[in-house]
Amino acid sequence: MRRPFHLLVCTVLCATSAALAACGGGNQTQQTATPTQSATPPSPGAAAPAAPVDAATAATITGKVTFAGTPPPAQPVKLSSDPYCQKANPDLKTETEVVGSDGSVGNVFVYVKDGLGNRTFPTPSEPVVLDQKGCHYTPHVLGIQIGQPLQIVNSDDTLHNVHGLAKTNKEFNQGQPIQGMKMTHTFSTKEVMIPFKCDVHGWMNAWIGVLDHPYYAVTSTDGTFSLKGLPPGTYTIEAWHEKLGTQTQTVTVGEKETKDLAFSFKA
Amino acid sequence: MLPIFAALVAASTAVLIFAGGLVTSTGSGLSVPDWPNTYGWFMWTFPLSKMVGGIFYEHLHRLVASTVGCLIVVLAIWLWRAEPRPWVRRLGYLALAAVITQGILGGITVLWYLPDAISIAHASLAQIVFCLTTTIALVTSPGWKRGYIDSRPPAPGSRRDGTLEAIAIITTIAIYVQIVLGATMRHTGAGLAIPDFPLSFGHVIPTHWDPKIAIHFAHRAGAMAVALLIAATSGHVLYHHHRRRELVRPAVLLLVLVALQITLGALTVLSQKQFIINSLHVVNGALVLVTSLVLTLRAHYSRFAGSASSPIAGSASLGTYTPRNPAHVPRGASA
Repeated sequence: MRRPFHLLVCTVLCATSAALAACGGGNQTQQTATPTQSATPPSPGAAAPAAPVDAATAATITGKVTFAGTPPPAQPVKLSSDPYCQKANPDLKTETEVVGSDGSVGNVFVYVKDGLGNRTFPTPSEPVVLDQKGCHYTPHVLGIQIGQPLQIVNSDDTLHNVHGLAKTNKEFNQGQPIQGMKMTHTFSTKEVMIPFKCDVHGWMNAWIGVLDHPYYAVTSTDGTFSLKGLPPGTYTIEAWHEKLGTQTQTVTVGEKETKDLAFSFKA
Repeated sequence: MLPIFAALVAASTAVLIFAGGLVTSTGSGLSVPDWPNTYGWFMWTFPLSKMVGGIFYEHLHRLVASTVGCLIVVLAIWLWRAEPRPWVRRLGYLALAAVITQGILGGITVLWYLPDAISIAHASLAQIVFCLTTTIALVTSPGWKRGYIDSRPPAPGSRRDGTLEAIAIITTIAIYVQIVLGATMRHTGAGLAIPDFPLSFGHVIPTHWDPKIAIHFAHRAGAMAVALLIAATSGHVLYHHHRRRELVRPAVLLLVLVALQITLGALTVLSQKQFIINSLHVVNGALVLVTSLVLTLRAHYSRFAGSASSPIAGSASLGTYTPRNPAHVPRGASA
């Protein structure tokens, strides 16, 4: 009568061991990914000697992003699920649409989508910082280059998980349970945009644009942007907004020239 | 004691399904990124003060799951030591294997960022675990061991009803398929693919389609089919077996639960997936399934009683069964 039970116990233990080993495999995958989470050297393509842009002839593209119509007001965020957040940032509001009184739109990622050809650019070594402070991400939208370190900081005295829902890069999810914790992550492929979220605090989200060049900007609350140091040429400029969508414009800039663009979104 | 404990395990499994429903309904599935630890803590030592936001639901689910897992371990050992019927002992082993597999699936789905297939398998296996614990609770219950003689009709042969046996099985399988479909809808984010109710985009049939709309609409159509099957099964019981309380009770309960389930489903859509309503829809669906399973097993009781490993024979060998009416002892019973 007991033999079947013994067999079952053995089977279950073996299955459990195998499954745990498989899970260990998952950890190994994560560990394999660890170098990409610490300072991975840039890929050979990115590390190749970059053709320097002649500062004497470099052009600039500036512009402003506006919203036509009446923007929806920012909504207060319900923070009751975490007493710390409620205390730390009681006036937190949604950051989906940041529109100024003159219709200027903030948090728009503006970048050169096309026109740089096969140029390569050096990878900056200074990190881009994404801070979790007051139970929201600062900044809300940011850009980074392939191979450039992204330093993610938890400045809050509560737990956060950092969940990057990348599609072409590797998705990751890492906990930061202690205040002051930092982690560094790098991206290996161009991807516009990667959503970030904290599953602990469902309202927390951020967006990161990963590019193979340095020509990007995020509009501030006055809606303005500036792409400096461009080699003369014809470019496709895209303005991306998490809710309003994308717009593109083609612009040609000559030597030392500055061109101004205007993007206007509608509801 | 064993029947009471088995019933407790079955009830705790329902609580576990509700806790799991809360995790998905609140989008908290990845709020604890590691497994089996919780933010590096051993599960049972994770501070309660840190159970904030989504962690509350995810970690609570893990704690309840571990508790249910331990209860099923005890149940399996108890059955192994005390249960004379081999097939009932095997049910215990099966429940143990299922709940361990379920735990591993739960861990994998977290470590692999909730892939749809694993998450759907996790949700579907949960129903199997609930079915197993409910079956164990049923077949170890005093009523089952007595053979429901209190409501038994005079002639032993009259207990067999091929129509009921068939339709009850079909209904139970249909409910399970419907639940798997619901899990698919849930984990593929199709819960609000059709935003209105009872119509679909203002029409009886959606005017445009995509995979999510198709899954959602299939779940609605499945609800209609299941409701009709339950009405047919329960109606059959109430019409033909109205004196058999062991059939009438689950039949009536099924009607109540399916009405509640459709209401909860509608409210889930109309409330934009309010998480409590959504989770109640999940656990009530599981209750519909096991109620139908109980009705099915009771409808098939004579098959179990007629087997060589008769439950009544088993009870007799335990010394706990004294037939009140020897004429009703099924074939194979030692009494």
